[in-house]
Amino acid sequence: MNNTHRRAIILGLGAVFFNKATPAFALSTDQASQLVGKVVDDINAVIQSGRSRAAMLDAFEKIFARYADVKTIARYALGRDARSASAAQMAKFTDVFSRYISRKYGARFNEFVGGRIDVSSTRKVKSFHEVKAVVTFRGGSKMEIVFLVSDRSGQPLFFNIFIEGINMLLTERTEIGAMLDRRQGDLDALISDLREKG
Amino acid sequence: MVRMAFFTKLCFAVAMIGLGACSPQVLTTEIHDPYETANRRTHTFNKAIDRTLVRPVAIGYSQIMDDSLENVISNVASNLSVPSHVINNLLQGDLESAVKNTVKFGINSTIGLAGIATPAAELGIDGGRSDFGQTLHVWGISEGAYLELPMLGPSTSRDALGTAVDYLLDPIGQIASAQQQAFATSTQVGSLLTRRGQFTGTVDSVLYDSADSYAQMRSIFLQRRRFELGGAQEEAYFDPYDDIFDDE
Repeated sequence: MNNTHRRAIILGLGAVFFNKATPAFALSTDQASQLVGKVVDDINAVIQSGRSRAAMLDAFEKIFARYADVKTIARYALGRDARSASAAQMAKFTDVFSRYISRKYGARFNEFVGGRIDVSSTRKVKSFHEVKAVVTFRGGSKMEIVFLVSDRSGQPLFFNIFIEGINMLLTERTEIGAMLDRRQGDLDALISDLREKG
Repeated sequence: MVRMAFFTKLCFAVAMIGLGACSPQVLTTEIHDPYETANRRTHTFNKAIDRTLVRPVAIGYSQIMDDSLENVISNVASNLSVPSHVINNLLQGDLESAVKNTVKFGINSTIGLAGIATPAAELGIDGGRSDFGQTLHVWGISEGAYLELPMLGPSTSRDALGTAVDYLLDPIGQIASAQQQAFATSTQVGSLLTRRGQFTGTVDSVLYDSADSYAQMRSIFLQRRRFELGGAQEEAYFDPYDDIFDDE
């Protein structure tokens, strides 16, 4: 076997390996934009529905479950403690956390009642997509919301929201960290308290 | 006489700037909080004031007042703050915003009847908000330490200085009589109450539902302020999937 051949084989193996190790970034800008478009349509439908607050919060919970990568958000919020947690603890935490987070942010979306959200721009940033949306309040004042979308979970989902520059992942890591500190790092206690809170 | 006082105050402001420059540069998601113990004490105090006074008054105010009247009061207060924005636009060398804000103030104060209506907004004339904390930022002064101020809430060394200078430099304060000044202040209080009332849910969730309301408020304030000052939001972008794949 000559050198050229060997090199070709190595390159070929490298290519196969590289393909496996690097997740394919199949997500297009259009797909990211469409995903957030759906999120925004659903939120608009809820805030214009005139339903009760409780019904709206339930609806927001469904929107989160459908379009957000709650598993990744939960894991990030837990931070370093996610590494020492057992699979069972992680599953339970993700479950109670998803309810907690969707109701918390749902309550924020609830303040947009009477207003409207529109997608304004989409672009690729780093390994994901940034989709900007504008909230127009009843009085006409505006506010920016950014959704970060990735398909690294296996399907296109949003994993972070920035409301006026306030970052959900960072804010929730602070909050969950403080909750754990209060319970001397007892994750089980945190899980049962979050369950009651939700 | 008025002009003399104005320049004395400006000199004072410039002299104060040196203080802000001593604090170290802070990165986008980093928090510099050397006065945490004192800040936490102030936070407890501010929370008590909010719970016993501001929150109930804001909720009552929103209930009693007609929405349109609340809007009028907020509009007047907002119009009165425009001259201060113009000064800061100029100090930042942002001539375009200064001109826009001057025209906005002219139109809203005359056709808009002292800012009751906002015809400038319909014409799309708006130079945006500006403050002396932002001016200091533009001048290259770093954010400094996080501070929680009594009654005023979250701030930084740079913004605390900015707030003080804005108060001293406010052109309305220079020309208004005591009575007019009292009127201006009351519209500002009304405007603040409206905002506290409008965002009751969000404010309550931070202050009363957080495990550590101090840390939560500090994080939210700094993120929002840095965003407002035009720090590239992108710097706060990270891929949580990297984090996850790393520990596998």
